[in-house]
Amino acid sequence: MKLDGKVPPGPLAEKWTTYQSTVPLVAPNNKRRLEIIVVGSGLAGAAAAASLGELGYNVKCFTYHDSPRRAHSIAAQGGINAAKNYSNDGDSVYRLFYDTIKGGDYRSREANVHRLAEVSTNIIDQAVAQGVPFAREYGGLLENRSFGGVQVSRTFYAKGQTGQQLLIGAYQALSRQIARGSVEMYNRHEMMDIVTIDGKARGIIARNLVTGEIERHGAHAVLLCTGGYGNVFYLSTNAMNCNATAAWRAVRRGALMANPCFTQIHPTCIPQSGDYQSKLTLMSESLRNDGRVWVPKKKEDAKAIQEGRKKGTDIPEEDRDYFLERRYPAFGNLVPRDVASRAAKVACDEGLGVAPTGLAVFLDFSAAIERYGRSEAHLKGMHNADAATIRQLGEKVIEDKYGNLFEMYEKITGENPYKLPMKIYPAVHYTMGGVWVDYNLETNIPGLFVLGEANFSDHGANRLGASALMQGLADGYFVAPYTVGNFLSGEIRTPKIDPNAPEFMKTAEEVQERLSKLMNIKGNQSVESFHRRLGKIMWDHCGMARNAEDLQKGRQLIRELREEYYKDLFVPGDLNEFNPELEKAHRVADFLELGELMMLDAFNRNESCGGHFREEYQDEKGEAKRNDKDYAYVAAWEWTDTSKDPILHKEELVFENVELKTRSYE
Amino acid sequence: MKLTLKIWRQKNAQAKGKFETYTVEANEHMSFLEMLDVLNEELVNQKKEPVAFEHDCREGICGACSLVINGQPHGPMNGTTTCQVHMRHYKDGDTIVIEPYRAKAFPVMKDLVVDRSAFDRIIQAGGFISVNTGQAQDANAIPVDHDVASSAFDAATCIGCGACVAACPNASAMLFTSAKVAHLNMLPQGKVEAQQRVLNMVKQMDIEGFGRCSNITACEAECPKGISVTNIARMNREYLGASLGSEKTA
Repeated sequence: MKLDGKVPPGPLAEKWTTYQSTVPLVAPNNKRRLEIIVVGSGLAGAAAAASLGELGYNVKCFTYHDSPRRAHSIAAQGGINAAKNYSNDGDSVYRLFYDTIKGGDYRSREANVHRLAEVSTNIIDQAVAQGVPFAREYGGLLENRSFGGVQVSRTFYAKGQTGQQLLIGAYQALSRQIARGSVEMYNRHEMMDIVTIDGKARGIIARNLVTGEIERHGAHAVLLCTGGYGNVFYLSTNAMNCNATAAWRAVRRGALMANPCFTQIHPTCIPQSGDYQSKLTLMSESLRNDGRVWVPKKKEDAKAIQEGRKKGTDIPEEDRDYFLERRYPAFGNLVPRDVASRAAKVACDEGLGVAPTGLAVFLDFSAAIERYGRSEAHLKGMHNADAATIRQLGEKVIEDKYGNLFEMYEKITGENPYKLPMKIYPAVHYTMGGVWVDYNLETNIPGLFVLGEANFSDHGANRLGASALMQGLADGYFVAPYTVGNFLSGEIRTPKIDPNAPEFMKTAEEVQERLSKLMNIKGNQSVESFHRRLGKIMWDHCGMARNAEDLQKGRQLIRELREEYYKDLFVPGDLNEFNPELEKAHRVADFLELGELMMLDAFNRNESCGGHFREEYQDEKGEAKRNDKDYAYVAAWEWTDTSKDPILHKEELVFENVELKTRSYE
Repeated sequence: MKLTLKIWRQKNAQAKGKFETYTVEANEHMSFLEMLDVLNEELVNQKKEPVAFEHDCREGICGACSLVINGQPHGPMNGTTTCQVHMRHYKDGDTIVIEPYRAKAFPVMKDLVVDRSAFDRIIQAGGFISVNTGQAQDANAIPVDHDVASSAFDAATCIGCGACVAACPNASAMLFTSAKVAHLNMLPQGKVEAQQRVLNMVKQMDIEGFGRCSNITACEAECPKGISVTNIARMNREYLGASLGSEKTA
């Protein structure tokens, strides 16, 4: 199979504009006859469904939630990037493009990333017009802040709830189309499989989660906007229901899984506290604007903190190691996520961690509180303010900026982060890998598109902060309406897809069999227990640092676990009812296959780049050693059979506009 | 800590439900839902059906979790969703009664899961600004007063969980509806459709079978996001203005 990225010809900055002005169109009368299925209602899904509905297509949108407003995009905290240059600090479309390519450690496709940077500005316009209440300056104009891996302020935000506000904006646009009848919404429906006819995606099989009924839905094109697969690690910052099934089912039907080992471990999460724990909670990267990351310099201090004999505030300034500022003076606490996470791991591996488990570092706001406090006192004309007053004023500023995050931290940990430094540790957060798509966001299966986190295309081996919201909305609002139209312009003679066609009946039967098989194992172990074990295997063997031996061992362990799964799983309840355990069982079955592929992909990639750190490939300072000569490609895996190795297809990455350099943040 | 749980069990929407009693061993670091996870895993291990409850993000933002805990939607803490309640607020030997939301417009589907789709239909009736993708002007073209943007944001932080309805003796959805009306009507972008919006959303709210507001303000007290009842006053004002002061009808 020859992978064709279908990147349009011409200079980089003109590719998308040329594409837009030359792409074949579908006339309004034909749009009315064409049907599109959108799976997922997060930023990418809701934006795509709403925009395609506005254009006049007949859209069906599916979510397993009770309402499209619950998708996990809602939990994104810090912000959304856009090359508006409202801060007048030297930003431009090219700079956003360059930062994203560099931040991704040169493993993404230039043309896709440039398009993303171009449409970023439209997203902010669109969101503001929808009523998204971004933070504003006193003059009434939009405010920006800075995020990791960049030296400009280009991040738009709504306190620590930017994802919520953007998703509600997209949800409202979607609701408007539902009211108009151009989008038909299927809540509490989970996509179980893709139906292909003559090699084209023509619909999906969905399970009605309330009745258990297996439904067949036909369409001229199918868009998967189903998010990432971070929950393969069991513990992650993803929501409990996030899963890889839609993407994995597409792969099982012939789509390719690209760079699955590129997973993002986010540096600032609340550390794990016990085995019963179901998920990890992120503390937004925006906190690194004002928080300083440190560990004690002395092991005995770290030990005293671990054992509860000392607090962070007891350690004098000279005994603290602000290790990010020390190692990376140019970017300091705002280095990209992969770099920050690894540095935290190194500190904890040296025995300097600050939680009872030894797995945490401090994120300290005292310097910022004092700085802001002084500035506020100055503004108020209080030139001799005492320390307590300054602190109080400073805490107020921090509260205005991050109030909800501080509150959430205190609820979970029981500690007051205004008084004591936060304890944080890296956790699985985002997956850069995903289904392989070309410039059109179309997979190698014609008519099957993948948008947002579910595809692999824009973030390379590491995503920069505040870029996930940007990509989800770019794909949904501004890319898919053109590229899906491109495909559909060739389908105007295709009649309505018949969901009673033999291909639908056959796929539905296979789904039914798969579910019955899970129900009929009638073993002794819960889905949850298997998922937890899988997560541990993934974290131990394919986590923040990987090596060939561990990866091979991990792969074997997953195979054994999968075998045990099909022998000893117990799923209570019935097939034909509301059965959350059955839903989980089906998702974990897919995680058990995807996890193995991640190990294989990580084993294949003999280099360290971005979130993929292979211990064998590092320099004397412990920094990642990339290998552009042999690995400047997208690894796209074709699934064949669980008993056979997947087939590797390579899309060579061509860099015509940026020079490949060692990524340095020093 | 050892806890006694009295949990509402109901097979499906048609079945008659009843309370069942369970005991569970929890610790103070667990979240409330993790405590229920422990119970569910025990039930599965005993080959029994686990308790169905809704949850997703477990960060207090998706609005999926609900539950009435000892008579209070989202439990005892102010400004906190069920998923963010931690067991350190309970003590050994406590008995906890866990029920689904009770409201005509939120029928129980199974155990603790209720159907909240009425909220979606209220939004569909007018909880949006009519702007198609691509129609927007530059984001800084219309300045918005800092405090107006901030108030609109406060109203827009509603997570659509339905605690306001569950808390209200009339099962009224006024807080939910008014928060959306306030968010959009306050902003210059939302003013164009302000009158039509409030008329349509209130009408839909009535169609769904939610009760009327009698100013008890339990909704504000139980709202995990601290949405203020001043939004209700604002909506009443806007509704009156739109019904009497304009030609528009819902």
